[in-house]
Amino acid sequence: MSEFTFLFRGTDPTAQSPEEMQKSMQKWLAWFKELGEKGHIKYPGHPLERTGMVVSGKQKSIHDGPYAEAKDIVNGFTLIEARDLPQAVEISKGCPILEAGGSVEVRPVRILNM
Amino acid sequence: MEASDHLFRREAGRMVATLTRVLGVPNLALAEDVVQDAFCRALEVWKFRGVPENPSAWLMATAKNRALDILRRQRTARTFAPELARLLESEWTLAPAVEELFAANAIKDDLLRMMFSCCQPRLTAEAQVALILNILCGFSVAEIASAFVSSHAAIEKRITRAKKLLVGSKRLFDVAASADFEARLPAVHRALYLLFNEGYHGASAESAVRAELCHEAMRLAALVLERRLGATSATYALSALMHLNAARLPARVDAAGDLQSLFDQDRSLWDRKLVLEGLKLLEFSASGSELTEYHVEAAIASVHATAARAEDTDWGRIVSLYDTLIAIRPSPVVALNRAIAVAQRDGPEHGLEAIGAIEDRDRLAAYPFYPAALGELELRRGRYKIARKHFRAALALARNQMERRFLDKRVAACEGGNAQQTEILQAARAN
Repeated sequence: MSEFTFLFRGTDPTAQSPEEMQKSMQKWLAWFKELGEKGHIKYPGHPLERTGMVVSGKQKSIHDGPYAEAKDIVNGFTLIEARDLPQAVEISKGCPILEAGGSVEVRPVRILNM
Repeated sequence: MEASDHLFRREAGRMVATLTRVLGVPNLALAEDVVQDAFCRALEVWKFRGVPENPSAWLMATAKNRALDILRRQRTARTFAPELARLLESEWTLAPAVEELFAANAIKDDLLRMMFSCCQPRLTAEAQVALILNILCGFSVAEIASAFVSSHAAIEKRITRAKKLLVGSKRLFDVAASADFEARLPAVHRALYLLFNEGYHGASAESAVRAELCHEAMRLAALVLERRLGATSATYALSALMHLNAARLPARVDAAGDLQSLFDQDRSLWDRKLVLEGLKLLEFSASGSELTEYHVEAAIASVHATAARAEDTDWGRIVSLYDTLIAIRPSPVVALNRAIAVAQRDGPEHGLEAIGAIEDRDRLAAYPFYPAALGELELRRGRYKIARKHFRAALALARNQMERRFLDKRVAACEGGNAQQTEILQAARAN
């Protein structure tokens, strides 16, 4: 088994009604539940705040927010266990964020032998 | 834990009501933003961690923290409720004051307070209903527009205007002032009655949407009944009427999604529990000397609810109840329903006569069930051609697919009747 990080990027849901928000939450819960039952969740992860700072370069210049566009912001991550990259990609296809026009970045975690 | 159905929507009403009290009614829009923000938080956190043990408390606590944050940062920039002003002056008093404002006994009346605030006399009944659906029931403009089969722009305009008026009223309704409570109560009844009817007879083709409107009206009526001042004979009657009519909801649309008339419904599908509760409420409503339209409508619904088969209905009693209803609240729709009851009691000719006697029947011109009633009675008299003409007129007025399919079937029944008649004629000729 290998480990993968899912990085979620998605649109801001503020335009949704309470009913729609609950529905989209329930889709996430159902997806997570299924992954958990199949033993794919190594660590459920965390949501990330939409705010933040980017420090860059020798000048250590500081910018507001990681990205200018809301859709480019990573808003959460999860650690997934899967056989290989193709299986991890297959798993990511069930993520509800895709239906809302978002994306999932699937990145193999390099295991360090020290 | 699983989140129950409509948890977010229901909590939205409670939270907006509480935050509007805490932040003051001029900050209604801010209160709504805080609530939206709390839902975004819930969505982000719960999807990773699951629904907490007490989701309602989690949501309210999140909203409270956000409100505290806003009060701290904007205390000089904004005007908050006057009673807050003194407490906001010092960080020492701010946190405990906010804590107190969100205490269980403080938030208990918030929904009721907001309900009465929404029913203020300067708003039309339609605006009151739209406001209740938006603020108290957590429906978005788009959801209300779809339930009312109205344009998004029209509903948005109605709600924006109504909110402006509510915000302009400076403070929320005081539910503890008994004279004001009694004076405002009839308007609240009316709004809840209209909300229920929008669900029961409304134009939306989706029966789930309509049932949801009925349930919201019943939930809010139950809140009014919980209060000593609210538990009047009229509130009991209104609640009874809602229960007895809602009991029939499961049979109004059949498995194929087709509308079923009261005569054709599978009565075994009626919700017996709601019928029994409705009858009990109707009994409570008889306590005073007051007789409202809700009493009479509940009584009519009870006659239907207790008839095991359509042919067991006591039509004589229904006609006399409609006579009473016309005396209390005259309307051509009530008169039309009375005429249908007359037809059931005395035959279609008498029904048609009663329809002909409705003075302001021109006001029924856009109501599809007016020509449909004419068609039905002509059909029963065997005048198929005329009946078909009426049903076609009704079809042109139908508001959704469900009504169209229902009326299509009635047109077909007339043609079936015609065919039958032709056969009889041919058989007569052959002899």
